[in-house]
Amino acid sequence: MAARGMAMIRVNGDPIEWHEGMTVRDVLVARNYKFPLIIVTVNSHLVRREAYDTTVVPDESSVRVVHLMSGG
Amino acid sequence: MAEDYTKRTEYTGEAAQMKAAHVLLREVPFTPSLPELGYNNRTLHIDLTTLTVTEKPVTQQMKDIFIGGRGFGLWYLWQAIKPTTKWNDPENDIIISPGPLGGNTQYPGSGKSLVVTLSPQTSIPIDSNVGGYFGPLMKFSGFDALEIQGKAEQDVIVVIDGQKGVVRIETAPLEPSDSHVAAEIFTAEYAETEADRRNVSIVSAGRAAENSLIGCLNFSWYDLRRKATRLKQAGRGGIGTVLRDKKVKALVCRGPQVRGDMNHPADMARITKVATKLHKEIHDFDDQQCHMRRQGTAHLVEIMDAYDLLPVHNFQYGNHPDTKKIASWIWDARFTQGIPDGCWYGCSMACSKGADGHIVKTGPYKGHVVTVDGPEYETAGGCAANCGIFEPDWLLESNFYCDTYGICTITFGTLTAFIMECYQRGILNKERTGGLEMTWGNAEAQMELLHQMARGEGFGKIAGLGVLRMKRIFTERGWGDPQLLQDIGMEIKGLEYSQYMSKESLAQQGGYALTNKGPQHDEAWLIFMDMVNKQIPTFEAKAEALYYFPLFRTWFGLNGLCKLPWNDIEPEDNAQTSEPAKVPDHVYNYCELFSGITGREIQKQDIITMSEKVYNFQRVFNIRMGKGLRLHDTPPYRSVGPVTREEYESRAERYDTQMREEIGVNPDGLSVDEKIAITRRYREDRYQKLVDAVYTRRGWTTDGVPPVSKLQELGIDFPELVEVVKQHGG
Repeated sequence: MAARGMAMIRVNGDPIEWHEGMTVRDVLVARNYKFPLIIVTVNSHLVRREAYDTTVVPDESSVRVVHLMSGG
Repeated sequence: MAEDYTKRTEYTGEAAQMKAAHVLLREVPFTPSLPELGYNNRTLHIDLTTLTVTEKPVTQQMKDIFIGGRGFGLWYLWQAIKPTTKWNDPENDIIISPGPLGGNTQYPGSGKSLVVTLSPQTSIPIDSNVGGYFGPLMKFSGFDALEIQGKAEQDVIVVIDGQKGVVRIETAPLEPSDSHVAAEIFTAEYAETEADRRNVSIVSAGRAAENSLIGCLNFSWYDLRRKATRLKQAGRGGIGTVLRDKKVKALVCRGPQVRGDMNHPADMARITKVATKLHKEIHDFDDQQCHMRRQGTAHLVEIMDAYDLLPVHNFQYGNHPDTKKIASWIWDARFTQGIPDGCWYGCSMACSKGADGHIVKTGPYKGHVVTVDGPEYETAGGCAANCGIFEPDWLLESNFYCDTYGICTITFGTLTAFIMECYQRGILNKERTGGLEMTWGNAEAQMELLHQMARGEGFGKIAGLGVLRMKRIFTERGWGDPQLLQDIGMEIKGLEYSQYMSKESLAQQGGYALTNKGPQHDEAWLIFMDMVNKQIPTFEAKAEALYYFPLFRTWFGLNGLCKLPWNDIEPEDNAQTSEPAKVPDHVYNYCELFSGITGREIQKQDIITMSEKVYNFQRVFNIRMGKGLRLHDTPPYRSVGPVTREEYESRAERYDTQMREEIGVNPDGLSVDEKIAITRRYREDRYQKLVDAVYTRRGWTTDGVPPVSKLQELGIDFPELVEVVKQHGG
């Protein structure tokens, strides 16, 4: 749990610490989200896979990382 | 990767002498035929007791209600057995059926056979889906299903020759039963040329299937590039045990040379259109998505570890620092790349990977060079991580022997992990295991257990009875606390869990425990949707998922399809759809495929309606056989929450947070035992609320019984079903 007053975003409803210039890729790394079949939205806007490294996540954003299903 | 992927030990040197020893017991001619609109409209019944061979008509009612595949299997099994039938009674029936879409070579993943029988492990019907060529070749010989009933007096083979139009029952006294040998020899015996080997498929089960309750079936396909007989498994529930109990050494099908139009579809252009689209998606996106073409389902190993979902040490923990030793990149290097690995023609997903050049380390094939079919994710999760064995060579060893002995790798992994935890906790010791030191990570002990199982000797014989019976035996002998054994023994209805951690996903606890056949993930895999995405937070939302997905996935089994091309490849625009988890574009493909082959127009809702008839039929079947009520949908607590102090403490922050935020109890100052007890009460209560919600959504009573009104709604209110449900308040 982040401390009160710290810059925050929410990822799938969970609060995580935010930093200036934080990209979608940084969010995925912070959450250890390694599954390839995911759909990412930042404040309800879809982010395409090829833009994960360049899309900056604003402070107080709501990020959704929807994992699809896979496997046997 | 092996330097020469065609190099392996050969077993066909004495095939001619072995075949010469066969004695023909029965020969019955038939007229080979090809399906029309996906159906032959006849099936083949063989009674091994009386040595009779009979053709049965497929009725319109069968097609309308049961569709094919698993549906046909359940329908025939219902008629074959009585509520008092045991798995090893002669009337038990093994039914193999590919379904109406099975065998098409246009759409990836269309070569599955569905196998149904009364399970030795669960005493209720088991269904298992399997690749390999047998089902489609049988279909293109002229039959929509094969039934094997009765028991032979000696080891026999059943040969369906669709080229010559004859069914033969022959003795086969000399061929070994172990599948990598048996499949190779029988293929050589019944193919008339090298090219003809692709037209021959063998169903077999090895020696462990003879001496355990957990035997699987191996379905073969001939790999032209490797010049090898490859194997795919109908693993779950002990079907191989039933096959060997009937003294069937092998089922042999020699079909015609496969062409693309053999289902005689209603509209080939319609099929080709959606198939071409999917092939392009696989070609364009698989390398960025799941790497199925290079790694198969083994791509999931490190992913499951990252999400705390890879079962470690009998489902105590969800990850391990050594997972990297069995991760996908290891298998990417070990699998022979660049050659087609589809377990049926036309599957460009080609995930049936093979590790060539494995030199066997132990047992009767020590020193042999073999191709190992796999490992797939489930085998890596079960035989490796769950047992704490993070060594790729040992995983190949256990994978190879499970397959050739005819043992389900999922079941073997889970039951060995249970034994290892019992050893860790002093419930078992070296004296009780007959000298086997079943410590975590002891690969040699694991292999010796497997060899004992194959021989039907020592502690391996007890292990081969499965977790349910081991719990009973240990309890009877006063070994361990019965409650602990119940909590950590990962089985429901007598079937062992497959290899995913469900502790932190209530929906997946239901996905395992509310299944018809037992805890196999092929009904509903909801962990990401529930635990990670938090898309289904309420009981009602979880219940909706536990209504839709089991029915959607049942449909694959009715039609002879593989699930993987549905959602292990994603269309480019899937993210923009309203329900990406369902992969709507692929659902549309399936409607087109079904309509295009059978000429029966369906829409997406029809998929659910078709499955719901069969799914409810199977539930009533379970009730008829003495299971299938609420009591039987109860999971072991290990799948719901932390059983031991070590488990709680390993994820204390997670559990303490739940206690504080959801349960409303301050964990500060409480002992670990107190916290375990509070967590357990909360989670068990939550599970029961989920069951209520799911039964309501499925239209069942609070005891899990489909009522008469539900049977009427589905058009399956046959008198014998109505009688069953009325006896249980339905």
